[in-house]
Amino acid sequence: MSHPNPIDAVETARAVAAGELSAEQVVTRALNAARDLGGRLNLFLSLDRERALDRARAVDSARAAGRALGPLAGVPVALKANMCAEGFESNCASRILAGYHAPYTATFVMRLLDAGAIPIGVTNMDEFAMGSSGENSAFGPAKNPWDEARTPGGSSSGAAGAVAAGIVPIALGSDTGGSVRQPAALCGILGLKPTYGRISRYGLIAFASSLDQVSPFARSVRDLELLLELLSGADPLDSTSLPLAPLGRSGEEGARLDGLRIGVPAQYMPAGLDPRVRTAIEASLATFESLGAKLVEVSLPHTDAAIPCYYVVATAEASSNLARFEGVRYGMRELGDGSLQGMMAATRAAGFGPEVKRRILLGTYVLSSGYYAAWYGQALKVRRLLRRDFDRAFEQCDVIAGPTSPTPAFRLGAKTADPVAMYLNDILTAPASLAGLPALSLPCGFAEESGTRLPLGLQLIAPPLEDARVLRAARAFESATDFHTQHPALFAS
Amino acid sequence: MSRPTDDDVPGVVSARTGQRWIPVMGLEVHCQLKTKTKLFSHAPYRFGAEPNTRTTPVCTGQPGALPVLNEAAVLLAVRAALALDATVATWSKFDRKNYFYCDLPKGFQITQFDQPYCSGGGVALPSGRIVRLTRIHLEEDAGKAIHDRGPDTLVDLNRAGVPLIEIVSEADITSAQEAFDYLTRLKETLQFAGASDCDMEKGSLRCDVNISVHRPGAKWGTKVELKNLNSFRNVMAAADFEILRQIEAYESGDSALFPVQETRTFDAGSGKTRSMRSKEDAHDYRYFPEPDLPPLHLSAELIDLQRRSLPESAPARRARYVGALGLSEYDAGVLTASPALAQWFEETADLAGSPKDAANWISNEVLRALSDPQIESKSLEDLRITPASLAELIGFVRAGKLNVPAGREVLRAMLTSGRHAAELIAELGLEQVSDEGQLEEWCQEALVGKDKVIADVLAGKDKAVGALVGPVMKASKGKANPQVVTEILLRLIRDGAPS
Repeated sequence: MSHPNPIDAVETARAVAAGELSAEQVVTRALNAARDLGGRLNLFLSLDRERALDRARAVDSARAAGRALGPLAGVPVALKANMCAEGFESNCASRILAGYHAPYTATFVMRLLDAGAIPIGVTNMDEFAMGSSGENSAFGPAKNPWDEARTPGGSSSGAAGAVAAGIVPIALGSDTGGSVRQPAALCGILGLKPTYGRISRYGLIAFASSLDQVSPFARSVRDLELLLELLSGADPLDSTSLPLAPLGRSGEEGARLDGLRIGVPAQYMPAGLDPRVRTAIEASLATFESLGAKLVEVSLPHTDAAIPCYYVVATAEASSNLARFEGVRYGMRELGDGSLQGMMAATRAAGFGPEVKRRILLGTYVLSSGYYAAWYGQALKVRRLLRRDFDRAFEQCDVIAGPTSPTPAFRLGAKTADPVAMYLNDILTAPASLAGLPALSLPCGFAEESGTRLPLGLQLIAPPLEDARVLRAARAFESATDFHTQHPALFAS
Repeated sequence: MSRPTDDDVPGVVSARTGQRWIPVMGLEVHCQLKTKTKLFSHAPYRFGAEPNTRTTPVCTGQPGALPVLNEAAVLLAVRAALALDATVATWSKFDRKNYFYCDLPKGFQITQFDQPYCSGGGVALPSGRIVRLTRIHLEEDAGKAIHDRGPDTLVDLNRAGVPLIEIVSEADITSAQEAFDYLTRLKETLQFAGASDCDMEKGSLRCDVNISVHRPGAKWGTKVELKNLNSFRNVMAAADFEILRQIEAYESGDSALFPVQETRTFDAGSGKTRSMRSKEDAHDYRYFPEPDLPPLHLSAELIDLQRRSLPESAPARRARYVGALGLSEYDAGVLTASPALAQWFEETADLAGSPKDAANWISNEVLRALSDPQIESKSLEDLRITPASLAELIGFVRAGKLNVPAGREVLRAMLTSGRHAAELIAELGLEQVSDEGQLEEWCQEALVGKDKVIADVLAGKDKAVGALVGPVMKASKGKANPQVVTEILLRLIRDGAPS
């Protein structure tokens, strides 16, 4: 089996616009790969073949008629199952929303469509984006294209896997505490969580509203840059979206990083860090130095508090956001004892998986009368301290670098019995989420394990709204390394 | 401003024991703001629309849909607050109130918990006493659950998301009558500020009452909440019932019967309240700041602009009608029953050039017509006359072209046909006859054989001539100008008398 689509979105769009490839050809290949490879790795929950092919043919006829094409014309893209678009089943990989078709289309999907991109289907995920391994999906876990016995990470498991497996050049995930950066790292691709508010959340089914960000996956920095450019900007339907000036260029290929100060927080390189991860990060930092950047030691003293803080804030918001799933208006309905309360309780009992229930209970508890101040109130204070940590660190540096995940992809089932061990996967990604900062994960090396090569990710974090800065650093790193060009052995011919 | 002391309050004297008890009430009023669209979505709202036709993905709680604050609603809320002398905060925030019910599509209501957009304010009662307001906050309405149409519960989400302000009074109200007066004045204030229709029948104003009783000087009794009060009369009736129920409970001496903290519902049929749920069933609403909405910033300039553009209040209008326009207190009260009526009156008065005539015609004729079963129009809005057409009619009467009874007849025809006065006067042949020759002829005829009247007039009793005006009017088929007729009759009598 060969890697089905080795080129990136920018190149695909160029080839389609030049007539070297037809959009129908490109989309057909993506749909077939999504069905075959995607099926084998359980990456997609549903495909929208007919509509995708119609759209592809429309691109081809627009080109034939000499009409201007959008910057992503003919490029197949995968969405996450928590994204609403007419025609798609937006079930959040949950039984409670099985069969749910939104009566509207998300703003970010409209923007993709306007650019000519062609959504081919929705991808597997942890139920309601709660998880770090994809194992909380009600429809079985997605598998890592580098090793089918391992997790692709989560919660945007299928989207990351689909890009890593070459089924689509780009995909949209959502990142709440690391749900795009961590699977990007574990799958050897790029993932960017923009500044909170940069991309409208209208049409993204909420997990934790103050943290959720639509976040793109890609295999090249220029694709991420293009996606960010297309998806950014104020949306009258999302009051938390930011009115922003255009992003500006993130830098030319092969550009150097002279004068860029890269902060390395000791807290992100703890003593117990997987030595293979440490080695790869240290090598990456050396690469940055060779590109002209200067390494600076910085401190983020409240990092240890980030996980408890995150799990209070995120679960509190989730307990409220998920209250609407009670069987009255859409999705699953269990009648229970026939009373109104009975129906709601029975629907929720049968519809939600164990991790979702655990988080709803946690969130309900921390907001309860008498516990609010000690838990939710305290978490808000810690959140401010975390933000202040970053503010201070950014007085000394321009970008913060460290590992994205403490380990490479772990085996499916390895952590399912221990929720806390699973929560600790977010330890390096949750702080930037709580502070609302732009953060990116890019491929930075490999770890050998039982004869398999497992990708590793480097995380770059910038101050609010400085999304272009992480892209510029990533662009320079990408030019100097070849990690992003390597594909899972599965697809070597 | 403060609560009156127990000594200042008449209270209620127990018929059984003769003891005096002091009722204490605080009212919570929910009032729909009259915006075109909902508080957090662009769905248009109209009372009585087909169920579930006034919704968007936001009001039906579709996953992924987000609230966006309606600025028009905020401006109306600010106007309401200013009209009630409240202080508008330049910074406030929205919170989520979490509970499960089938008419609450998101599983939470967006409201304002600990930092509402305004504080303080008050409502002046007719007695001059002021009931203080604790706070006013902005929130969204829930939908409607309908339980009485078959075995299933039906849900209509048209109302879900309609903007509400909740106005919470201090416990300054000490009688059922005061509760009624408070509501009447509150409604008038909000209506004249243009903030709300305050129509209880359409649910645009709803009221809950917190009520307790205590002996003068003693600790306050346990507070009971009354719900389902769907008219001001019912608020009074429920409060009266509840005051007596609580007094009787305390006077029984049996602590097992004492009022408990609970919510009671009022049954208008029996005139009684009954327990709906106890405190143990109270929800833990788990309030927390709404993460989907940024804080609400209102600049001092914006608040000031709203203050300066606030329409004239009802009391100010009444004072002006009496002082500047010379109307009676009574007419001023009648004409300020609603902003629409006051507006109607003022337009008519301007066009007719006579506020007094306009007031008379409106309060005596137009308002009466609205309750006349033979006139189709039941409200000012669907009247077939306008201030301009009424002013025209008043003009004819003032110019002597038409007498008052004929004017009434023309007005009636206008109300049923929607046609203009001039046309109808000609058609009905009602133009007043002021031709002296014709009138004198009718008067001469009327004087024949009326020696008693003539003698009385000659004896100085001019009023006696009134008995002859009727026959002349009759002879003229109502078209004679009665004033001119009176003058002619007097002249003829005096001229004909031996000097």
